Amino acid sequence: MIEFIMTIWGWFYPEIQTILIIVFKIIIIVLPLMLAVAYLTFAERKIIGFMQMRIGPNRVGPRGWLQPIADTVKLMLKEIIFPAQSNKFLFILAPVLSLTPALAAWAVIPFSDTMILSDIDAGLLYILALTSLGVYGVLIAGWASNSKYAYLGAMRAAAQIISYEIAMGFALVGVLMASGSLNLGDIVDAQSGGLFHWFFIPLFPLFFIYFIAGVAETNRAPFDMAEGESEIVAGFHVEYSGMAFALFFLAEYANMILISALTSVMFLGGWQSPIAGFGDSIFWFFTKTSLFLLLFLWFRATFPRYRYDQIMRLGWKVFLPITIAWLFILGLAIYFKLPPWFA
Amino acid sequence: MNFELIIFYFYALVATLSALAVILVKNPVHSALNLILCFFSVAAIWILLEAEFLGLVLILVYVGAVMVLFLFVLMMLNLNIKELKEGFVQHLPLAILSAGIMLVQTILLFFNIKIKTMPEISSNITNSKQLGTLLYSEYLLQFEIAGVILLVAIIAAIGLTIRKKPKENKYQNPAEQVKSHKKDRLKIVKMKTEDYDG
Repeated sequence: MIEFIMTIWGWFYPEIQTILIIVFKIIIIVLPLMLAVAYLTFAERKIIGFMQMRIGPNRVGPRGWLQPIADTVKLMLKEIIFPAQSNKFLFILAPVLSLTPALAAWAVIPFSDTMILSDIDAGLLYILALTSLGVYGVLIAGWASNSKYAYLGAMRAAAQIISYEIAMGFALVGVLMASGSLNLGDIVDAQSGGLFHWFFIPLFPLFFIYFIAGVAETNRAPFDMAEGESEIVAGFHVEYSGMAFALFFLAEYANMILISALTSVMFLGGWQSPIAGFGDSIFWFFTKTSLFLLLFLWFRATFPRYRYDQIMRLGWKVFLPITIAWLFILGLAIYFKLPPWFA
Repeated sequence: MNFELIIFYFYALVATLSALAVILVKNPVHSALNLILCFFSVAAIWILLEAEFLGLVLILVYVGAVMVLFLFVLMMLNLNIKELKEGFVQHLPLAILSAGIMLVQTILLFFNIKIKTMPEISSNITNSKQLGTLLYSEYLLQFEIAGVILLVAIIAAIGLTIRKKPKENKYQNPAEQVKSHKKDRLKIVKMKTEDYDG
């Protein structure tokens, strides 16, 4: 049987073989990611339920385990309604544009020592470039909907995402300085040697700012001004229904997972175990990522929504100066070879 | 036909068509979106040329930041599309002239001038590292001058937007807001519960 498959495999051109292998790897990453998104929504409802002393979903399947599946089926079967005089092409394109960067960025995330789709040297730059594209989905959705609330939501979201991207970029410059590489695998390797060698200690303000800015980038509470249901109904996706809405939802949660994964790769040593040389594996990567995901949910259950001027003030007048000041301090630390990180 | 060539022709086609669409479509927002597509395809071509640093920076800076602001402004403006299209024929000679100059430049570049390529440092040093090494050694002065020019532009832009605020403007003072304490505002009163008799 295996021989038979290998013979068929041999018939393909080598180029097609490479493409098939890449497609196979992509499926291996994207399918579990989609499943993770589905169960993240379930976890969110259960965890926030627990925090608010409710039960959360428990009707579909044993203990509500099948709830995400039911939600997916419901969203797929719903009708997609196009608002009058909306631009249909852009209306459909917008959710796709917001989901694509969220998925494409996973190409350079190192899951473990060897598990990485594309081990490119400009990985960090690739991540920065792709995450900066996510704003188009929101912007185009708001414009194409031909609706006031959607438009207001899009404007808010775009301004907010641009503002926080700057602080985020500067935080990544810190990581780049500390590790001396743009390759995400090398960044993790630069943190080897156990808990106290991870970058979150020398880069603590940057670590803090990166994650908070990440929460703002994904438009999650307490920065969910783009949705602001009490003021602008649901913001940029107010006109969307069915699968088109589901794509926005998928993008938001995929982005949450992405930010968590990136934070753990760049500041918490990715796949490395807290005790040096003690079973570095993908297990640690998932543990750290889940920790940050829990923080996302915890924030949502804890903090009230920011006012818009407060968001802008925090991004421009607090985060940005702190990151720039810390880059200077970091430069000094690297120059004087501060042990144990830069020795 | 190898695989890279197919990708190249695909992106080259997209870049050309979207560049044409930028000037041909009616709606300015659609023009801006086409320009984004054009930038993106050119970035892809640069990456094919193994200039991944430039390609990614093009996406990061132009697509991710500059064009977002462009779109932002275009969406906010209440544009009359008819008025915008009026000068199309009137400005045609000027447009042909500038396009002609650029075409001549490109042709000259193609045939006459030896294109100065980046000096090969070593094959296993990446493009980003190579560029960085050059920028911070050989071209340090030029690089810093460019930085200073950008800084001046930033300050000028901020200077342009600062206007004297009218006195009746209301604004937030965060320092004061943070200083506020609950004992200044909140009064907790202990009351005896009243009897409830049906």
